[in-house]
Amino acid sequence: MTGISMVVNGRAVSGDVEGRTLLSSFLRDDLRLTGTHVGCDTSQCGACVVHVNGKAVKACTMFAVEADGAEVATIEGEANADGSLSVIQQAFQDHHGLQCGFCTPGMVMSAAALLKDNPKPTETEVRDYLEGNICRCTGYHNIVKAIMAASGQDVSAIAAE
Amino acid sequence: MYAFEIERPSTIADAVNALKGEDAQALGGGQTLIPTLKQRLAAPSVLVSLTGIGEMQGVCQADDGAVCIGGATTHATVAKEAAAHYPALADLASHIGDPAVRNRGTIGGSLANNDPAACYPAAALGSGATIITNNRQIAADDYFEGMFSTALDEGEVITEVRFPVPQTANYQKFLQPASRFALVGVFVAQYADGVRVAVTGASEEGVFRWSEAEAALSANFSASALDGLSLPADGMIGDLHGSPSYRAHLVKVMTGRAVAACQG
Repeated sequence: MTGISMVVNGRAVSGDVEGRTLLSSFLRDDLRLTGTHVGCDTSQCGACVVHVNGKAVKACTMFAVEADGAEVATIEGEANADGSLSVIQQAFQDHHGLQCGFCTPGMVMSAAALLKDNPKPTETEVRDYLEGNICRCTGYHNIVKAIMAASGQDVSAIAAE
Repeated sequence: MYAFEIERPSTIADAVNALKGEDAQALGGGQTLIPTLKQRLAAPSVLVSLTGIGEMQGVCQADDGAVCIGGATTHATVAKEAAAHYPALADLASHIGDPAVRNRGTIGGSLANNDPAACYPAAALGSGATIITNNRQIAADDYFEGMFSTALDEGEVITEVRFPVPQTANYQKFLQPASRFALVGVFVAQYADGVRVAVTGASEEGVFRWSEAEAALSANFSASALDGLSLPADGMIGDLHGSPSYRAHLVKVMTGRAVAACQG
């Protein structure tokens, strides 16, 4: 076992993990932050996307030991301090960007990473950025629309209300 | 996964030392190795993580103009930092996998693994790059030894990859959308002494140079120079996504597109 410590959503945490413990397992099983979903466990689906030192990564394809000393952000840290939804989360609700919701934590974290680097993405840029996030319900259209709306752009011209 | 320990050295020397242990294995970004471990297709006793080694990070330009990329540099960093020096290479890096994969996966890891459908082997072979390890320099022409096989010795670490910058270059990737690897990818680069054409995704032997196309394009750098050429289907990969003859045909199509894009 290896002792690790990191900052998750602004809170210092530590634990003892095996070498093979995935970051997703550490977040879910040790820290009980179960908002990070594990959909495929093969780094295809993107439901487990979190930020490590500000960069979007798949938490199921990184060892917890590799995040030792890092700053990690998960979906639990996205809401505002008063508990209200973040701009991106609210946009997903307003534009029906989710149905079953399983992929949503990864979608929101990917969207947050995109908008940090590219505050006004085009629709094509949003779709390209979501290449590693799979949704089986929505057909993506309203997810893309929600992210465009969260970036402050007019989405009235985008079809599929 | 079977159990193993992870070491996180901060220097190349410490990493090389740690890799001398029995059943020790280098860990780059882990975007291929971790899924492999999950399938129990590998059982190392120790993983030596290379991502914390500062001297293996980043992109710079050598005095002779070559672009030098640290072995532990992520695809996302190459996409951003090589763009001014070698746009075709940066563009290739920016289309590997997906954004989250590009934030972890490294150039050294990709070249050490030598997946027959990976993008970086095409760039390295198509550019005549030099693979620099902890104890020697290997020309790309001598480095790739077939599917998942390279000239690297046990415990040898890719510390840097050095790309001579061509006059013009382009990479055309026919995406296999489920895996996000190349069904066929062709890297074309025009240097003062000739044109290089490297093909990934197509051959059972992994990345290769299409020498007939190189000769034709060196004489006449236009897509029409490929008109009379055809690549035999023998030795091409056949699977449910494409037959050997389909892939052989696709190589020619993608080569033509790459040449056209160079001129665009």
